[in-house]
Amino acid sequence: MPTPVIELINVSCKFVSPEGKITQALREMSLCVNEGDFCAIVGPTGCGKSTTLGMITSLSPPSTGLVKVFGKPVAGIDPNIGFVFQTDAVFPWKNVIDNVAIGPIYRGKNAAEAKKMAADWVRRVGLAGFEHHYPHQLSGGMRKRVALAQTFINEPKILLMDEPFAALDVQTRALMQGELLSLWSELKASVIFVTHDIEEAIALADRVVVLSKGPGTVKSSYDIPLARPRDVSEARYSEQFIHLSKQIWHDLKNEVQI
Amino acid sequence: MNIFSTTSSGGSASEEERRAVAKAVNRSRLVIFLRIGLAVVTLATWELAVIYGLIDPFFFSRPSDIYTQLAVWLTEGTAQGPLWRELLVTMEETVIGFFIGSLLGIFCGIALGRNKLAGDVFSIYIKIANAIPRVVLGSIFIIIFGLGMGSKVALAVVMVFFVVFGNAFQGVREADRNLIANAYILGASKRQVTFSVVIPSALTWILASLHVSFGFALVGAVVGEFLGSRHGIGLLIATAQGTFNAAGVFAAMIVLAVVALAAEYLLTALEDRLLKWRPVQFVEHGM
Repeated sequence: MPTPVIELINVSCKFVSPEGKITQALREMSLCVNEGDFCAIVGPTGCGKSTTLGMITSLSPPSTGLVKVFGKPVAGIDPNIGFVFQTDAVFPWKNVIDNVAIGPIYRGKNAAEAKKMAADWVRRVGLAGFEHHYPHQLSGGMRKRVALAQTFINEPKILLMDEPFAALDVQTRALMQGELLSLWSELKASVIFVTHDIEEAIALADRVVVLSKGPGTVKSSYDIPLARPRDVSEARYSEQFIHLSKQIWHDLKNEVQI
Repeated sequence: MNIFSTTSSGGSASEEERRAVAKAVNRSRLVIFLRIGLAVVTLATWELAVIYGLIDPFFFSRPSDIYTQLAVWLTEGTAQGPLWRELLVTMEETVIGFFIGSLLGIFCGIALGRNKLAGDVFSIYIKIANAIPRVVLGSIFIIIFGLGMGSKVALAVVMVFFVVFGNAFQGVREADRNLIANAYILGASKRQVTFSVVIPSALTWILASLHVSFGFALVGAVVGEFLGSRHGIGLLIATAQGTFNAAGVFAAMIVLAVVALAAEYLLTALEDRLLKWRPVQFVEHGM
């Protein structure tokens, strides 16, 4: 019996603009992610994909409904959560090693110990030799590696990713997807991966959840039976993959049509 | 693979690269030449215009008179004492006022910027205070603090405070939401976010304001001396004005300009040091 790690129960989320206009981002949405699951969420623009992640971190609480993490309603940022942002969220005034070491330092480790841990993670994401470079001296893909190391060093049990590779070029993205899977297989975290790229979702996830157009709710959910460990760049040519991709696209097409 | 080691690698530079460097060097030489040329032409025109009677040296002085005045001040001293002592007084007032004003400004700006309610309440009063020409406060400060250094420092502080405060406040408000959210998720407390995210990102704004505000501190000190004092460059200007000595006013101006330029240079060096993480926007080869 798998244990649920993240549970969203009938959550709705409304935003009130300063002019008093209310926009509903999510409507009666329910979702459950089990321990060690890699769950991808796809959906049209503005359907509340990112809002879902915000609710799990407690940074944007739901208007109604309940969000549970490890069986308990969320209250404050859970230290077991890691979050990878779509935009660059590494600190531009810190060099690579200091960026990676910041998490443990925030959590009370002394600087020397944190740097030792960071050096190891910098190496694991393939940035050895770039420890003392500043983010602006790195390419987009390398900055993403810094962001991954920064998140993984805290050894999160829950990993939330908000279109993390959207800004990368196609080749770098494929490379980073493979990297992510190998890091994830060591960490054994539960992942929610938000994307609007169907192929990325299938290639990475155990389960793909399709959201309807805003205000979003779960439209359908697909189990991805592709074997692990996967080769991201090869998997996409298999019969199964193409079939799934067609099905999900069919679901999504009805949502994105104007 | 080593895409970051494109710095000059000895003799392997190609002909094309060498030509590009030579071109850049030539250009920077041209800039320096034109700068000097412009100064020479301006001063010569001024001097000639006086010689040919086009402008009246009684009002506008002339470069040679200003030079003589400066030489006299430097060798024989001013009416109030040696020039360096007068300058030292003004500098002391300026620097003390600059430090107190900017520290207060940075502190208040960050404190109010981090507290939304306090920021909203106080911002209107700050705007009002900023709109008042603060130089008039000089008269009040002279009544309160007397003719000594206190009144000038107070005026310099007031001049500096609002500029730095405004920028620090804005800088804090403009801090990237994503970076702040990232810090919180990585485990930062509110205090840690302030010190490791908000202040570093506001630093660009704060340092930019320090450039402007040093000039303001100088204005505060000089105007304070102008209004009433026993020493300082401001008094030197006031005395020159009282004796219709236009050359004296211009000479004092040049002394102040040199000081301001030196301070600007130091502040730029400080900025480059503190903001070395920023991308270089314009790389000038051969400089």
